[in-house]
Amino acid sequence: MKRHLISAGDLSREETVLILDTAAELASVAGRPIRKLPTLRGMTVVNLFYEDSTRTRTSFEAAAKRLSADVINFSARGSSVAKGESLKDTALTLEAMGADAVVIRHGASGAAHRLAGWVTGSVVNAGDGTHEHPTQALLDAFTIRQRLGADKRGTGLDGLRVTIVGDVLHSRVARSNVLLLSTLGAEVTLVAPPTLMPYAVHTWPCKAGYDLDTELRKTDVVMMLRVQQERMSAAYFPSVREYRRRYGLDAGRMALLPSHAIVMHPGPMNRGVEIAAEVADSPRSTIVAQVANGVTVRMAVLYLMLGGAGEAA
Amino acid sequence: MCAMRPEHEPSAGIPERTAASAGKTERESKRAAASGLTSDEGARREDAARRRAAASAGKTVLTPEEIRRALSRIAHEILERTHGGEGVVLLGIPTRGVDLARRLAVRIGEFEGTPVPHGSLDVTMHRDDLRLRPARALQRTEVPPDGVDGKTVVLVDDVLFSGRTIRAALDALNDLGRPRAVQLAVLVDRGHRELPIRADYVGKNLPTAYREVVRVLLTETDGEDSVLLGERDR
Repeated sequence: MKRHLISAGDLSREETVLILDTAAELASVAGRPIRKLPTLRGMTVVNLFYEDSTRTRTSFEAAAKRLSADVINFSARGSSVAKGESLKDTALTLEAMGADAVVIRHGASGAAHRLAGWVTGSVVNAGDGTHEHPTQALLDAFTIRQRLGADKRGTGLDGLRVTIVGDVLHSRVARSNVLLLSTLGAEVTLVAPPTLMPYAVHTWPCKAGYDLDTELRKTDVVMMLRVQQERMSAAYFPSVREYRRRYGLDAGRMALLPSHAIVMHPGPMNRGVEIAAEVADSPRSTIVAQVANGVTVRMAVLYLMLGGAGEAA
Repeated sequence: MCAMRPEHEPSAGIPERTAASAGKTERESKRAAASGLTSDEGARREDAARRRAAASAGKTVLTPEEIRRALSRIAHEILERTHGGEGVVLLGIPTRGVDLARRLAVRIGEFEGTPVPHGSLDVTMHRDDLRLRPARALQRTEVPPDGVDGKTVVLVDDVLFSGRTIRAALDALNDLGRPRAVQLAVLVDRGHRELPIRADYVGKNLPTAYREVVRVLLTETDGEDSVLLGERDR
């Protein structure tokens, strides 16, 4: 396993399958009376969060703690960052404290990559701007394999069709998923309003379309993305109502899906915008499973990055 | 046996079997790397071929018949010591311990007519030598549905060497529940213990030099049954 996890595109198919297989094994830990393994005892994992997050931060925290690592939570609010400290100085401070791994979320694309050049420990990208969120893609792949791939060890997602719908332009989840799912052999299709489709999408390993209903009829997985109002500096669509009518997933649209298809959402959801409440709460939705799988997948990542002697050691 | 130990004793942290088998170490990391590419079966076959080739120079210390008899005897001993296999759970340590546990369960079932629950216990996350090698792929842990609480757990492994794997297994078991008793069955005890651990049931006591390699081949994983003793290949 590599020393850092910055982009889902850095992972080979073998590495990805190894992470998913390890996670599948670690999933059983959650059902045991003692939900803890001694593997990372004495190691320190720092959660460095410059953006708000509930799911990802608590998930990384739970994962590190289940492996017996010590966790230091650091959020920009209430720290020296509020006084104007730079990312580099913060990184050097953490370095001096002996962090074995830094999990970073930052509003600027490329922040994790910069950080990797400054610290000696491992860096895990937990979302950098509109760039990437590789562990989300890993947990999505894990959830898909669990639900549709018979949870077989050693397998990828060959031939499965995945449709990612919504605000692709601002979505780090979409980019990481396109890279990772295509590495695993899935056929990915992006569906978005033309204004929210990235400019260079033809260079991505996926197809792109604008009509949701046609894609829904032939997909195995539909992944709804959140409309990221906080990153939107211009009007990308006329109104929420129009967006919902053309790109929102309601019960009627869900009926177009093949009977085995599943509905995913990385969270947090805007109920009533990209996804209707009845869809989010339906048995087809894997949203709660995605959160549970997040912990095991992140355990697998931390174990594979920190548990061994490291590469070429 | 202790007299045979070389003067330069390995430092603490040398994993069970590693000192003996560079081949096995390589196998494990190789499998970890290959686990995505090849199917498990393919990796196993490849690994079996390598083992056979590497051990070809070694001499056979247990033939298929001897392995069969040793397992039958261990099955009888387990029944004797546990008063008819009451509350016994057999847990094999991957990879070959799992197959041995399954075989013992079948034998005991044949002898007594009552099936004995069996499963597997992966000890990777509890090993003391994790930091000495790249992170390894995890193996299966499968505990029978009734769990281990209040049961007599018999750990099953192919070779007992330093005792470090068994120490890890005891820790792993501790996280799964509280057995009434834990016993240990091994096909080969080759000596050179580094921890105060002993086996309750032994297929064969095999005096070895520290630098020798013991290889257990089983039909399920390697296509044949035999135990080989050879020099460490350099």
